[in-house]
Amino acid sequence: MAEPVLTIEHLTKEYDGQTVLKDVSLQVHEGEVIVIVGPSGSGKSTLLRCINALEDIQGGEIRLRGQKITAGAKNLPQIRQKIGMVFQSYELFPHLTVMNNILLAPMKAQKRAKEEVQAEAMALLTRVGLADKADSLPRQLSGGQKQRVAIVRALCMHPEILLFDEVTAALDPEMVREVLEVILQLAENKRTMLIVTHEMPFARAVADRIILLDDGRIQDDTDPEEFFESPKTELAKRFLQSFEYTRTRKSDD
Amino acid sequence: MNWSYIQKVLPLYEKAALLTVRIGLLGILFAVLVGLLCSAVRQLKIPVLRSVVSAYIELSRNTPLLIQLFFIYYGLPKIGIRTSAEACGIAGLAFLGGSYMAEAFRSGLEAVGKIQHESAVSLGLTGLQAFRYVILPQAFAISIPGIMANVIFLLKETSVFSAISLMDLMFTAKDQIGLYYNTTECLALLVAFYLVILLPVSLLGSLLERRARHAEFGG
Ligand SMILES: Nc1ncnc2c1ncn2[C@@H]1O[C@H](COP(=O)(O)OP(=O)(O)OP(=O)(O)O)[C@@H](O)[C@H]1O
Ligand SMILES: [Mg+2]
Repeated sequence: MAEPVLTIEHLTKEYDGQTVLKDVSLQVHEGEVIVIVGPSGSGKSTLLRCINALEDIQGGEIRLRGQKITAGAKNLPQIRQKIGMVFQSYELFPHLTVMNNILLAPMKAQKRAKEEVQAEAMALLTRVGLADKADSLPRQLSGGQKQRVAIVRALCMHPEILLFDEVTAALDPEMVREVLEVILQLAENKRTMLIVTHEMPFARAVADRIILLDDGRIQDDTDPEEFFESPKTELAKRFLQSFEYTRTRKSDD
Repeated sequence: MNWSYIQKVLPLYEKAALLTVRIGLLGILFAVLVGLLCSAVRQLKIPVLRSVVSAYIELSRNTPLLIQLFFIYYGLPKIGIRTSAEACGIAGLAFLGGSYMAEAFRSGLEAVGKIQHESAVSLGLTGLQAFRYVILPQAFAISIPGIMANVIFLLKETSVFSAISLMDLMFTAKDQIGLYYNTTECLALLVAFYLVILLPVSLLGSLLERRARHAEFGG
């Protein structure tokens, strides 16, 4: 098999003495879409944040195409250019227009020519249905629109892998679909992605592999068919039941 | 209201107003520089200097400008530094204003969430680029109301300069009252001149605030 895009080996992460990721090992191959699920506080966000070194790690190693990722290292900005991260709260830059939000990193970090990036940005904005918003400020957009811009901004850097951390969790229900559809489209185009989500139907549709994280450990790593139809581990069963329970309660009301 | 008197002393007040504005603006300019320096020391967490900055800010904010001026005006010659009253006024304003400006910058920087920085460096920008293109413009826009409030505060504080015999607006008004007892005219002129100085500053402040919210970055 070809060299993985991302390799995580025996990752340990502590927050002041408390271990929140325990011996996590994971390989992500080119074109693979991995969905990480798990109860709140299980360490999903922390795992993504470790991957682009927003958190320092206490043990193990993370490599992107063989290059070691170390917090504070000189080559970190260079490596981060290849890791696209999309946050739950969008984190567009509020003082810049949509277009300038997208242009900033390609021009300043990659030193690419404005015209070239602009053309690409326009093409991507068009693809996500936001061509007419190029000159808007973030505050003039809906949550779903902001999140699509954030995705385009990440894509414009030509990342090797995309990390999504509950990118629809802050959205009104009617805007969730427009964002998830963009991600589904990316999956169809064989983008390498690591996705944290609580949207189970979406997880099932988009994932090549599902990883269940619980208490900082990978408890299950399987294909979506199996995970949802015939979960093997007790934890997976209970995790899925927690969603069933919510649904039953709701229909009772 | 004695209009012929007002006409007669108008040039005096004009001269005094120019002095107030000149010292005020220079003092504020240096205050901004001192404030920026303090912010940089704090932001970069430079060891020893950090404590110096904290001490300076406490001292500067918790003593009256008048006392600070006396220290500079009467103290400096004692250690062999001779300067003009005007230079002392500027130094006093910079000493007082530096801490206020530093606090204004700090509240701006703190208001920009840490996650904006994370978002910027996640895109591959260096820490410096993230600061320059993402954090600073936002922090500056947020700081402007505070900065402008400080500018007005400092301009008003210049009224204690008369204590070190600077012939500013306050000095002139007091002097005239002492000479001719036409208190009404003198106080009216004083208020009018301060308004003429401060109103444009206020307006400029709102204008800046609106403009700074929407920034570009150089090609
Ligand atoms: N900055 C921090 N300092 C201390 N502890 C933290 C910090 N961030 C997260 N934690 C702890 O680490 C653990 C994992 O948190 P994390 O945010 O990764 O969970 P999560 O799986 O993303 O949860 P959720 O589904 O609620 O987003 C939790 O116990 C949390 O309290
Ligand atoms: Mg989380």
